[in-house]
Amino acid sequence: MHDYIAASIGGILIGAAALLLMASHGKIMGISGIVSRLLPPLASDWQWRLAFVAGIIAAPLAWRAVSGPMPAIEISASTPMLIIAGAIVGLGTTLGNGCTSGHGVCGVSRLSKRSLVATGLFMASAIVTVTISKQLLGN
Amino acid sequence: MRLLMVFLTGALFSAGLMISGMINPAKVIGFLDIFGDWDPSLAFVMALAVLVYGIGLRFVLKRPKPLFEASFSLPKGSVIDRKLVSGAILFGIGWGLVGLCPGPAIAALGAAPGQAAIFVVAMLAGMLATRMLQRS
Repeated sequence: MHDYIAASIGGILIGAAALLLMASHGKIMGISGIVSRLLPPLASDWQWRLAFVAGIIAAPLAWRAVSGPMPAIEISASTPMLIIAGAIVGLGTTLGNGCTSGHGVCGVSRLSKRSLVATGLFMASAIVTVTISKQLLGN
Repeated sequence: MRLLMVFLTGALFSAGLMISGMINPAKVIGFLDIFGDWDPSLAFVMALAVLVYGIGLRFVLKRPKPLFEASFSLPKGSVIDRKLVSGAILFGIGWGLVGLCPGPAIAALGAAPGQAAIFVVAMLAGMLATRMLQRS
């Protein structure tokens, strides 16, 4: 399948999932917020959060059982880099109240001022980070 | 019933990440590498997701309430503060370093544990530490 078509279909599914969560539970589909409130102090409405996260993990397992070949997942980062980047993502999304799904998809769709600013900033800083590591450091 | 519905919603989201290529950090980095060998395809993920959600939300919010809850919870804040700005910038740095953001990182747990698990544990630690600091 052509990359652009695959990306478009994937985007439609992501948008549909976000709609379903709003229609059924009235919640914004922001992954960082859904996950972080499963950590202590545990949110009182932890059940739906856990079910949602379980669904995210279950889909690739079901995919493997049904269709066999998994989509490529290529991670070139070293272990220390995975730890550093993971910690920064955890810190940044908690401080900024959202990530690509909550701000980038849901917030931007609603034209939320905070989300538009956050999305512009994290896209820009991610592009700068990749440019520095690829173009300047040659990783 | 309601938990099964959320479970399937999470699975649908995850399928979107897998089909689109968002689950692949190498592809995400290619998308962010606009001054290098740029792969713009992932822009369609966000564009279509925003389009579907933006249009669909108008209809969803016309209903008096969600199926299983008393009301819709929509963030109302509009203050651009230092927390939002620094948080977003930091998140972008972490995203660019490895190519994983929270959704795909968790989906990758079910697909290729190892490296994804290291990232997710560090991410959870970062979230927990930030929440503790914010409360103190």
